[in-house]
Amino acid sequence: MPKYIAKRLGLAVITIWAVATITFFLMNMVPGGPFLSEKAISPQATAALEAKYGLDKPLLQQYLTYMWDSLHGDFGDSLKQRGRTVMSIILMKFPVSARVGGISVLTSLLIGIPLGCMAAFKRGKFLDSLISVVATCGIAVPSFVICTLLLYFLGVNLKLLPTMGLASWKNYIMPVMALSFYPTAYIMRLMRSSMLDVLGQDYMRTAKAKGVSGFRMLFKHALRNAVLPVITYVGPMLAYTVTGSFVVEKIFTIPGLGGEFISAINGRDYTLIMGTTIFLATLIIVMNVAVDIVYKIVDPRIKLK
Amino acid sequence: MKQNPISFQLKLSPEDFLPATEEEKQSQVVMRESVSFWKDGMRRLLKNKVAMVSIVVILLVMIFSFIVPFFYPYSYKEQMKGANNLAPMEYSEEEQARIEAGEKVFPHIFGTDKMGRDYAIRVMMGSRISLLVGLIATGIILIIGSAYGSIAAFFGGWVDLVMMRIVDIIYTVPDILLIVLLSFALKAPLQNLKQVAGFGWVGIVGENLISIFIVFALLYWVGMARMVRSQVLMLKESEYVTAARALGVGNGRIIKKHLLTNCIGTLIVTTTLQIPSSIFTESFLSFLGMGVAVPLPSLGSLASDAINGMNTYPYLLFIPALLISLIILSFNLLGDGLRDAFDPKLKN
Repeated sequence: MPKYIAKRLGLAVITIWAVATITFFLMNMVPGGPFLSEKAISPQATAALEAKYGLDKPLLQQYLTYMWDSLHGDFGDSLKQRGRTVMSIILMKFPVSARVGGISVLTSLLIGIPLGCMAAFKRGKFLDSLISVVATCGIAVPSFVICTLLLYFLGVNLKLLPTMGLASWKNYIMPVMALSFYPTAYIMRLMRSSMLDVLGQDYMRTAKAKGVSGFRMLFKHALRNAVLPVITYVGPMLAYTVTGSFVVEKIFTIPGLGGEFISAINGRDYTLIMGTTIFLATLIIVMNVAVDIVYKIVDPRIKLK
Repeated sequence: MKQNPISFQLKLSPEDFLPATEEEKQSQVVMRESVSFWKDGMRRLLKNKVAMVSIVVILLVMIFSFIVPFFYPYSYKEQMKGANNLAPMEYSEEEQARIEAGEKVFPHIFGTDKMGRDYAIRVMMGSRISLLVGLIATGIILIIGSAYGSIAAFFGGWVDLVMMRIVDIIYTVPDILLIVLLSFALKAPLQNLKQVAGFGWVGIVGENLISIFIVFALLYWVGMARMVRSQVLMLKESEYVTAARALGVGNGRIIKKHLLTNCIGTLIVTTTLQIPSSIFTESFLSFLGMGVAVPLPSLGSLASDAINGMNTYPYLLFIPALLISLIILSFNLLGDGLRDAFDPKLKN
């Protein structure tokens, strides 16, 4: 087990390094620089700014300096938002995305798991078909379609909910609905098929024969085993949702990390691009590794290699 | 010969070695045609109503997007004067005058957009782009994924180890981040490439579209590679592979002729399910403004353009939004049907 964890962590570190390196060189391939778009700036001033941030040095040296600094936890200052460090920007924007994303994940779990179980218990009945149809359709609808439809019907047409920002709890409803739509549908399907699998197992019949009560059988025997595939899905999904969905943040003008990333690329804010990329990539990768390890602890049938 | 009482020795007489009579031969003839893998699968597929309906829907969408535009009187980039923001089936003043003069004017079925372009043809072109991207990207994924996966599994050992570690790394790379970055970074080199003689086609296809394909080719084949690898690992122990090797068949030919053809069921199912997810990603990128180049429309960019005028012209948003959902849904359902038909082990 420790060997396995060490291997996974080693691989994770390599992946993060690879992502950071690719990002660094890709970003420098993008034409234009951080100081080009600003108006009325003299060539001397540009040169001075570039010298200040070390952008006049050769690319390889910049890369090595950046890597060395970031290993020491220093992600530098933002090139565009003067006087603010990249870390402070991330720490300010991330909680916004995390709150919306966290609520969405919770919502999709709370709806998806019970409905998936119900579909499995009523296999072949009307309820099962209904849930399956809803789940199949839910997977087919892209998030931007959900967002815009919600925005049109609930926000613009009926004027029930505010369409922009995050001022009150009402603002959360639409982004959360949009973000949790796909995961809910996916979890329902996953839960249904894994529950069907578990219900057909021998130990379920044994439990029934022993006279275990229905309630106990459901929670102690069935749910515990059936929920495993959902765990593997939820980990990466949590990371993705929490780090901010680009589309949802754009449509509902939520000041989150996803939007920040896009605007950093548009403005060639090199340090901010690097900072957000490393931050998001680390979060997603750590989540993946954590889920794999937890999964193997929870389900001893999976052999550790 | 002395017969052991407990032996299983047969008591044979010379008559047993006579040639069979016609009657006896008749009874050996197989009356029913043997059911091949394809026939068996097709039979199951044809019985599946949901899958058949989705095939029909996909065909209709394909006719709508590939054939109808040839007969359609408007073009997707033609801007008609005075025909801005027409409601569905509405005519502009100029067209109204022409109708009164006895001319026949083809109606704008879905109205026009704010630049005075017929919206129906734009939706057709948009779904054509989306479908093409989905199919081509999936083709790229299929080729790279199956080649990579089968090579890793076939050679095994440290080749497999190194190749699969690379897959693991790509698998955990946050894809959306890299797509966004790549499509920004590739724009300039491709634009330069456009100027080079012989690469004029880059401009026609559009730099963004090409960078989408590159992104797919770089990132999305890993799922397919894992799938193929697990299949080939199982198949390479089969007797026919040993037999082929004993006959002196080369490695490449064994992979192509024996291993990949035998995991065709998995390949078909994975490919079909990959198409909607490619379309999904393309529409997502176009929606963020990183997809196809103007004036070429895609369903994602049409929806994105329509958001600003959502209050007054909601149908401009609904049409592409519904169409893209319909396309993805039918490919998903078809994929499920194909899996039930060709890969019954994976059912449920």
